Amino acid sequence: MNIVVCVKQVPDTAAERKLKPDDATLDRESVDGLINELDEYAIEEALQIAEAHGGVVTVLTMGPDKAAESIRKALSMGADKAVHLVDDALAGSDALQTSYALAQVLHSIGFDLVVLGAESTDARIGALAAMLAERLSVPQLSLASKVEIDGSKVRIHRQSEDGYQVVEGTLPAVVGVVEKINEPRYPSFKGIMAAKKKPVTRMSLAEAGIDPARVGLANAATEVVDFAARPPRQAGTIVKDEGDGGSTAAEFLVAQKFI
Amino acid sequence: MAEILVLAEHAGGDVKKVTGELLTLARRFGEPAAVWAGAGAEKGQARLAEYGAARMYVADGGDFDDYVTAPVAELLASLVAKKSPAAVLMASTGQNKEVAGRLAVRTGSGLIVDAVGLAEDGGRIIAEQSVFGGATIVHSAVKTGSPVITVRPNSTAPEPAYAAADIEQVDMQLSESAKGAKITERVVQERGERPELAEAAIVVSGGRGVGSAEDFELIEKLADSLGAAVGASRAVTDAGWYPHKFQVGQTGMTVSPQLYMAIGISGAIQHRAGMQTSKTIVAVNKDPEAPIFELADFGVVGDLFQVVPQLLAEIGKRSGSRLALAPEGLPAGHRRLSR
Repeated sequence: MNIVVCVKQVPDTAAERKLKPDDATLDRESVDGLINELDEYAIEEALQIAEAHGGVVTVLTMGPDKAAESIRKALSMGADKAVHLVDDALAGSDALQTSYALAQVLHSIGFDLVVLGAESTDARIGALAAMLAERLSVPQLSLASKVEIDGSKVRIHRQSEDGYQVVEGTLPAVVGVVEKINEPRYPSFKGIMAAKKKPVTRMSLAEAGIDPARVGLANAATEVVDFAARPPRQAGTIVKDEGDGGSTAAEFLVAQKFI
Repeated sequence: MAEILVLAEHAGGDVKKVTGELLTLARRFGEPAAVWAGAGAEKGQARLAEYGAARMYVADGGDFDDYVTAPVAELLASLVAKKSPAAVLMASTGQNKEVAGRLAVRTGSGLIVDAVGLAEDGGRIIAEQSVFGGATIVHSAVKTGSPVITVRPNSTAPEPAYAAADIEQVDMQLSESAKGAKITERVVQERGERPELAEAAIVVSGGRGVGSAEDFELIEKLADSLGAAVGASRAVTDAGWYPHKFQVGQTGMTVSPQLYMAIGISGAIQHRAGMQTSKTIVAVNKDPEAPIFELADFGVVGDLFQVVPQLLAEIGKRSGSRLALAPEGLPAGHRRLSR
């Protein structure tokens, strides 16, 4: 089985993340880039599927040169090879454009199963699995808390507001997994050494058959009008419990008409 | 006047509160028209009329219950093609963000998710988003196509403004490619009488300080006394004290209720990302240095096992006068009151 895992490099969520004042795109330079932590569940699920059913796991990343660090991490966890879509013309692409670019790459490299994490911790859109399924005309098996594969049939538990749905589709398909579907493995020393020798194919727009007029900040379907740091909240009232902490909290809630 | 399509959220014919919020927002930009996918439109009509839906586009086939997201996206795409609405609004749920993504692809339109407010500027809709864990406020607009925007629950107060809500049936032939992901079973996990976390006006969350799965009952009791939803920090869900789907934070749910109570939660950035746009924040923590107190409108430094039971007792004494925040669609007396 040909399994492709989509991975994104994002700024460290523990650092202070910013937009750049000149073009309101993400400042990727001033903060360390890490693999999107929700993608680690997708990598782990892809590896487990390949281990159980046989197959090759390819990591697919779209991003600047620096994103190669996240590719190495994914390879050190056990993925077999990687494709890095890298082209200056992609900078500032929005969700619509990103889904187009990734779909073009997936068309060109081929796949039986595409696996994604639930969302990226920077943009937090949470729609890429659905958008890829739409573009590729394959089943959307997303928000999965469990994935089972039986021949060409894929069955998932899809998380819903009040429980879950059992959803079935056939390969080729797009699977999106939620946090906690598995416990992502740590790269072993052997894995880290092996990753250095694994093939990483750099792909340009032309090689992926991507129309440059359909990607990049200038052609985006959305724009940032302005942005600002959130003003700090007004300092609140903090009291030390002297045996009446619950009562004073109740008084606050009464004053605010919550009780 | 241009139409604004609002995807109605409903269960068993009952319209959810967030739909009233979206219709209220939609009225600022044009004539709201509700889109009803599935059965029960007649039952929901009165509520949609109350909040200003001029029309209801109704497609009541069973396909919406049988297949994942694609049928709703197809319905909306056909309406966008026929009606050229000025925007399509839907509630920001996990499922709807996927519907919105598919719709954006189908119509070639710009997609904005998790708006916390919408304003008009020079004929454009400007969406306010709260990004990077709430640290940055961004205003965005769509440049291409009918804007597809998902809006977080509690972004505005629903205000009634009666309109006709005339029902117009929509005939739809679902394409084969929309039938790729078939729902074969639905498993409903008992939620009891608590409101949904994403929509709740009040959320009571417990953190590491609660100490165990057993003691999480105290958080549930406090939530029930206020008619609130229960949330949890990542430390709690990682430890298995409470189910993962109740996690509030960077990698979990983002909520912005009227009142957020953080009990035994230190307020690490992971958690703050999911709750710092809440209107009022109350914190109880024994560590006076806990970062949650930087966000709190009211904080008690103390042992939650002393403070919360006392708070519960006070709420119990006063619960008779607590009527102000009854959820939409329920008379105040219908809510569960603790005595």
